[in-house]
Amino acid sequence: MIRIEPREMPSKWWTVGIPIMSALVAILLAAIPLALAGANIFEAYTQMAKGIFGSTFAFTEMLTRATPLIFTGLAATIAFRAKLWNIGAEGQLYLGAMAAVTVGTGLIDAPSFILIPVILFAGAISGAVGMAAPTYLKTRFGADEVVTTLLLNFIIIIFLQMMLEGPLKDPMGMGWPQSEPILENGILPQLIPRMRIHSGLIIALISAGLVHLLLSKSIWGFKIRAVGENAPAALHAGINVNRTFMGAAVVSGAIAGLAGVSEVAGLRGYLTTDLSPGFGYTGIVVAMLAGLSPIGVVISAIFIASIFVGADTMSRAIGVSSYLADLVVAISLICVLIGGFVARYRFIRTNKVNA
Amino acid sequence: MKNTQVLSLKNLSKRFGSVVANNSVNIELYRGEVLSLLGENGAGKTTLMNMLFGHYLPDSGSIDVLGNDGQMRKLVLGHPQASLDAGIGMVHQHFTLAENLTVLDNILLGSEKLWAWRHDRNKARNKILKIIDRTGLSAPLDEKVARLTVGERQRVEILKALYHEVKILVLDEPTAVLTPQEADALFENIDSMTKDGLSVIFISHKLREVLKFSNRIAVLRHGEKVGEIATSDANERVIARMMVGEETIKNPIDKIQLGNPILQLNEVSVKGDSMRTSLNRTNFTIHENEIVGIAGVSGNGQSVLAKLISGLIDPDSGDLLIEGENVEYFSPNGMQSLGVGRIPEDRHHDGVVGAMSVAENLVIERLQDKDVNKNGFLQNRAIKENAETLIEKYDIRGPGIDAKASLLSGGNIQKLILARVFECKPNVILANQPTRGLDLGAANEVARHLLEARGRGAGVLLISEDLDEILALSDRIMVIHNGSLIETVNKDREVIGLMMAGEKI
Repeated sequence: MIRIEPREMPSKWWTVGIPIMSALVAILLAAIPLALAGANIFEAYTQMAKGIFGSTFAFTEMLTRATPLIFTGLAATIAFRAKLWNIGAEGQLYLGAMAAVTVGTGLIDAPSFILIPVILFAGAISGAVGMAAPTYLKTRFGADEVVTTLLLNFIIIIFLQMMLEGPLKDPMGMGWPQSEPILENGILPQLIPRMRIHSGLIIALISAGLVHLLLSKSIWGFKIRAVGENAPAALHAGINVNRTFMGAAVVSGAIAGLAGVSEVAGLRGYLTTDLSPGFGYTGIVVAMLAGLSPIGVVISAIFIASIFVGADTMSRAIGVSSYLADLVVAISLICVLIGGFVARYRFIRTNKVNA
Repeated sequence: MKNTQVLSLKNLSKRFGSVVANNSVNIELYRGEVLSLLGENGAGKTTLMNMLFGHYLPDSGSIDVLGNDGQMRKLVLGHPQASLDAGIGMVHQHFTLAENLTVLDNILLGSEKLWAWRHDRNKARNKILKIIDRTGLSAPLDEKVARLTVGERQRVEILKALYHEVKILVLDEPTAVLTPQEADALFENIDSMTKDGLSVIFISHKLREVLKFSNRIAVLRHGEKVGEIATSDANERVIARMMVGEETIKNPIDKIQLGNPILQLNEVSVKGDSMRTSLNRTNFTIHENEIVGIAGVSGNGQSVLAKLISGLIDPDSGDLLIEGENVEYFSPNGMQSLGVGRIPEDRHHDGVVGAMSVAENLVIERLQDKDVNKNGFLQNRAIKENAETLIEKYDIRGPGIDAKASLLSGGNIQKLILARVFECKPNVILANQPTRGLDLGAANEVARHLLEARGRGAGVLLISEDLDEILALSDRIMVIHNGSLIETVNKDREVIGLMMAGEKI
């Protein structure tokens, strides 16, 4: 028999080394389906690397893709730290985006230094409300937030479709279900001319820093960690568990809302129902890969964005299905999760007990 | 009664860390007899039974069971399957039935091979009907278990064991959940089962039942068998004395002048999970410079009382006064700010956040204090200094202040909690099972701190199942039984033991 016991002191080397090892193992394992798809492995990975580092354009594209993932990864991180299972970042992202186009397409007109903060604020509030509602149901009635947040995603998307066919529809949009474009003053500034990379990335990085600071240094973060790790003890020690859940929910939802603002006001300019190819859900993967560390979220978002963008380039260059990108991400997630398990636990062989 | 031995536990010992759960226990069981196993909580009954069932591996000793060939055979230790094969069965206090299946299915559950082609249910049914015939354990075989009464469910559990052809049946507090009538019926059934050749080990706290229908009584205390007596030679007083021991209190605490009332309960009622665990119109007063001990078998309302004073639940009626002021709003935070220090019963579950550091756990109750919280941010230097001082002062041993609290031993976790509680200089202290599972050193430390707090004017409510601890530390003792508190007249162990078992004195 094999017994599994927690390691007493997981060393620093393990906690940093395991994810890196896991990523390498994942890339090796991903070679198998690539080979099965008939690709030359070496060629495939060269193309992939080119797709990420091959040019300024490639690199900035990758960072552009990482931006929403940093936001949604942070949203998942905060909520999950409190053991509040926010599966609704996708919906909160769209709520944020909807708020952004509601106020940003002509409701108010103001210079950039006013309009941009207003749009960001509106998006954050909207996302926060989107997470606060299911959390209220959880704390008040015990409704499972996994179910409510997940199902809210679909409700919000359908609501968005309705809005894009109705009040938010662009009259100049040739009948397409899309919103009016965000005013020039409301667009997040580009970072490099003629590249799509925008200042949403800066906001994401600042958010990561702030979340790190809050979680590790603030009383608020202390309470979130205590509630997440042992809610009965936190309650016993006088921490208001429900209020802590609500605090985590509001910040988590707000950051997910910012992901929507960043995409719509930084990248697209107008809102459609395909704004996010599942950034909210991928954010969960990002957060888990990062071991729920806010700084780790930045790294894992860049890693996942690299694989997506790189695999995209690769699939176009050598003609294999772009679904292989999803496969690589999935394989690396499994590897990192197994790696994390190995880092935390050790396996002990026990001999059968004889009389 | 035939005098064939069916089971013999020889010199069984089991230690958990520095705590001795069982020390060289010897018990014999004969065919067709009912042996009562008595002892306070923590006396080692459960550990002993867990070794019998192979859940725990004894540190030393052996178990012999009568084999089918009539010879005593050594049981393979630490293997539940071996114990089952040897014909040892158990009916737990909490039933293990699938509510959505019928009685018949529940009895068959686990006795069929996973990949069997088909189940010969008629054969099984006939076998069960025969058992019912012999023992009088009636149960509606085609009814769903969810629709059964508690007494019926228990009979199903016993039928299940008999269906598996047990020769030795352990009943863990079987009457705790039964009405007196159901209990009487159960005893009749057991009577006919033992005539049939079954041997029963009966675990109970209720002295009257034990006397009424067992053949022999074995008493455990502090992990050792302290006595064995034929029921015909026993009476309640003799057993109570065996259970609680006779040694005199070592260091009787000095009398000190009581101060003003500091914690008062007036006609307080709180609903628990059942009648037994609810508080019923409770009145008591604790004064400054006083330790009041609550003795009792667990599950008689202690946890509701502790939750109330911790601020985790509201009373349904009645008043709770601290320093003469009526408490209106119940919350852990509110109780803390009224000067109530709380040592929780389950120190791992309610006491510390295992994944957070020792230093963080030391300030978790003081997050509003200025030296911990400056504009919403943690004062890490102050928190570290606080931790350095406290691990020195309270002798908390472990890998260091930044290590996770879960890495500390049970005794050191308790010292961490003591440090947290006593550093706030509470006026009222709730100590719920403060020494459970601790070694002597840590237990003495707890006692020293409680007495010190008493000396400086605090009132202490000490809830414990360890009567020795209560006798040693308390100025006054109350016994809790079925949610009612009765004050004892003096520190007579025998009387307290009887009161704990629900006898009216």
